Amino acid sequence: MEVEQIEIFECLRRFVPFKSLPEEVLAEASRQVEIAYYKAGSQILEFGDTISDLCFVRSGAVEIYRRNGDLYNRLSEGGLFAYQSLLMRQKVRFPVKAIEDSLIYFLPESVFRPIFDEHEEFADFFEVGDQSRLRQAVSKRDDANVLLTSRITTLISREPVLISCMATVQQAAQLMTDEGVSCLLILQPEASDPSESEGIFDYRQAMVSASDGSEHKVCGIITDRDLRTRVVAQGLPFDTSVDEIMSQRLVMINSDEYIFEAMLTMLRTNVHHLPVLKKGRPVGVIALSDLVRYESRNSLFVVSSIFRQQTVEELAALQTDVQASFVRMVNEDANSRMVGSAMAVIGRSFKQRLLELGEEQFGPPPIPYCFLALGSMARGEQLIVTDQDNAIILDDSFNPEKHDEYFAKLAKFVSDGLAACGYSYCTGEVMATNRRWRQPKSVWEQYFVDWIDNPTPESLLHSNIFFDLDGVWGRTEWADQLQGLISRRARRSQRFLACMARNALNRTPPLGFFKTFVMEQDGQHKNAINLKRRGTAPLADLIRVHALAVGSRAQNSFDRLDDVVEAKILPPDRGPDLRDAMEFISMVRIRHQALNIESKQAPDNNIKPENLSHFERRNLKEAFQILSDAQKFLKFRYQPNRAN
Amino acid sequence: MLHLIPDQNRRKKVSTEWPERFQQLAEQAQHPLLKDFYSEGCVAPDTALDQVPFVAMDFETTGLNPQKNGIVSIGLVPFTLQRIYCGQSRHWILDPGKPLRAESVVIHGITHSDIDEAPDLSKVLPQLLQALKGRIVVVHHRGIEQPFLNAALKARLGEGLMFPVVDTMELEARLHRHHPLSWIARLIGRKPVSIRLADSRTRYNLPFYTPHHALTDALASAELLQAQVADRFKASDPISLIWH
Repeated sequence: MEVEQIEIFECLRRFVPFKSLPEEVLAEASRQVEIAYYKAGSQILEFGDTISDLCFVRSGAVEIYRRNGDLYNRLSEGGLFAYQSLLMRQKVRFPVKAIEDSLIYFLPESVFRPIFDEHEEFADFFEVGDQSRLRQAVSKRDDANVLLTSRITTLISREPVLISCMATVQQAAQLMTDEGVSCLLILQPEASDPSESEGIFDYRQAMVSASDGSEHKVCGIITDRDLRTRVVAQGLPFDTSVDEIMSQRLVMINSDEYIFEAMLTMLRTNVHHLPVLKKGRPVGVIALSDLVRYESRNSLFVVSSIFRQQTVEELAALQTDVQASFVRMVNEDANSRMVGSAMAVIGRSFKQRLLELGEEQFGPPPIPYCFLALGSMARGEQLIVTDQDNAIILDDSFNPEKHDEYFAKLAKFVSDGLAACGYSYCTGEVMATNRRWRQPKSVWEQYFVDWIDNPTPESLLHSNIFFDLDGVWGRTEWADQLQGLISRRARRSQRFLACMARNALNRTPPLGFFKTFVMEQDGQHKNAINLKRRGTAPLADLIRVHALAVGSRAQNSFDRLDDVVEAKILPPDRGPDLRDAMEFISMVRIRHQALNIESKQAPDNNIKPENLSHFERRNLKEAFQILSDAQKFLKFRYQPNRAN
Repeated sequence: MLHLIPDQNRRKKVSTEWPERFQQLAEQAQHPLLKDFYSEGCVAPDTALDQVPFVAMDFETTGLNPQKNGIVSIGLVPFTLQRIYCGQSRHWILDPGKPLRAESVVIHGITHSDIDEAPDLSKVLPQLLQALKGRIVVVHHRGIEQPFLNAALKARLGEGLMFPVVDTMELEARLHRHHPLSWIARLIGRKPVSIRLADSRTRYNLPFYTPHHALTDALASAELLQAQVADRFKASDPISLIWH
């Protein structure tokens, strides 16, 4: 009768990489396991020991040290160690000690080797570095939901229906009815020689080749709704030419964009039909209804309902809808970027609607202004628990005596309104209600010039947040101009970058992690880790410094990282590592908040490692390690006297 | 009831004399298997614990009485203080030769159909003794394995089997059962510390293993002994300190 080590088998199969093995292979391996018990404090592997087994922590916890005595890693149940030495056939390089009473399973090399050779997924675990393992975890999650990570191509069900700009509206209506479509693209013959622009595709321009070889330009779009509102309601004759009533403003999108981008484009532009281009040729049109069918539509609906509310109270009542849409996106495996930007768009919409309501109440503004979003909303990385960070740029004709009362009232109205909608007041007073942050454009420019040209770590300590800015309402181009000023100026000031870098090191990852995860030691969140303070915030801080150094104008951390990687200032692979770390920590944080909401608790950023799966703990630890390494690099790269 | 050992031998049965006893028994034993078993000898009483080859052994039986009940399965796991060798472990399901009672089926989960094809103990005896010889047997509660094996062999070969055992339950009792519970403790309903296998393991941070599978239980006792020795003996302590 076959000897079955049931307990060993059942334990191993719970853990990566064993769970990827066929049952019979794992059962055979389980039969060959050797076991030893180590009392807390006893040495498991000494430096220079010959290693002949793969070591697996069955219970308890162990610490792995570098030769100089520095702690290298801590492992608990399911942790594997000594495999590097085993694979390289070297002696033990990192000594291992039991820090709790521990039971260790040893898989002899003679058993491990054949499995390693024959089972690729199992082998991958050992061959890839820690960082790549994290990447695999992230990318596996990405794969999990096809819809949210699908390209727009997958939504296109048919070719676009086209009509000449010379056609009448009746012909257009007839064609739409025959084809069963809700919109038409309007074509205009193109005079110029098409070969000139060969291979150059303008986003804003779509070309169509007719069967006779002539080139036509897409010059507009008409929809069902246009026929209703612009023809019938206006009482125009049926022989009106389509180019008289078509929308000439074409908002188009590339077919290889993500569906999510289409959704955001619709949100931003309030357009419900997007022609889809592939290499400059229209290949289809996607309508809001297509997205609704495929997408978690809640965030779209929340946004549109925000703009329908008439009072602050009605807006505040939408909070539960916002939370529901957040949870829904998480449950549909949206990645952190999708969640972050959807929540930012919602937050932005609240601000916009409140400003509209404010202007209705207090009358039109006496001088032009721009309302700014700062921090996570500007970065498109907003989650459910968030402060309101905002400011106002006023026209330079600002006269405090004449105008300030209006803007103080408006700022207070918006700020109180946001607080009612769940965006708590900024404890650092970074709000437009604070007179310091309600200033004319020239003053704002001077603020930034001062920060950048005469920096001290102290003066920059609280101004980090202003380097993530986005215009929400009014003269939003002023926000773009400030961004331009920052990107031109910051990269030249080594002292400024050094100060920003110094501040970016203020918050360190909670390393030592798990068992040694450094937890909050007192207060309400004892034995928890604040994933924002210890994870995403320091990551965003350090990415911002690099982005400023390369003159990037992007606000979102992932976009900034793209610019930074392109500028090649990071060691190879560091960019993707940071991206994975950001994504992973953000997702743990996002899922934690979604769970909070689902269990009717107030969402927060404090996670307890014991509530995470072993897998999450390990990946989180790796992500924090990447952050820690990146901080070291930041310190080294931005020294006050170093020329880059 | 268990007068399997002649009186004069029993008086001599002092644990420190196990090697001499094995010599005597090797001469006295009739059956070649037993002769072979005893001839392998027994480690000296002053052998350091970390030099002793052990084998953890667990039986599932049809009941608790060695005279009336039979052995349904045997699990063996050889080990030392340094390593437990699952690769060399053995597990047999046996025909108990006695009726399988519903109550015991519930405990060990071995059913009539499992034992239909199962061999009699005598068939696996050569392998069993081969696996035991030269090693010190470790059990959790010595009232079962040795008496059952003794009785089974007596019935089949006409002579019993003697060997020293280390009892992890008794080691646990030494720690937690120095004194009977005081009347006050009993009065206030305090329960004695459990020295059952699973409960004992928990005290050493050993993982929970589902009980009543002979092989798993043998493994569980092997781990427990490693933990007990690590906890309160020295590797250089003599085996005589813990065997019976």
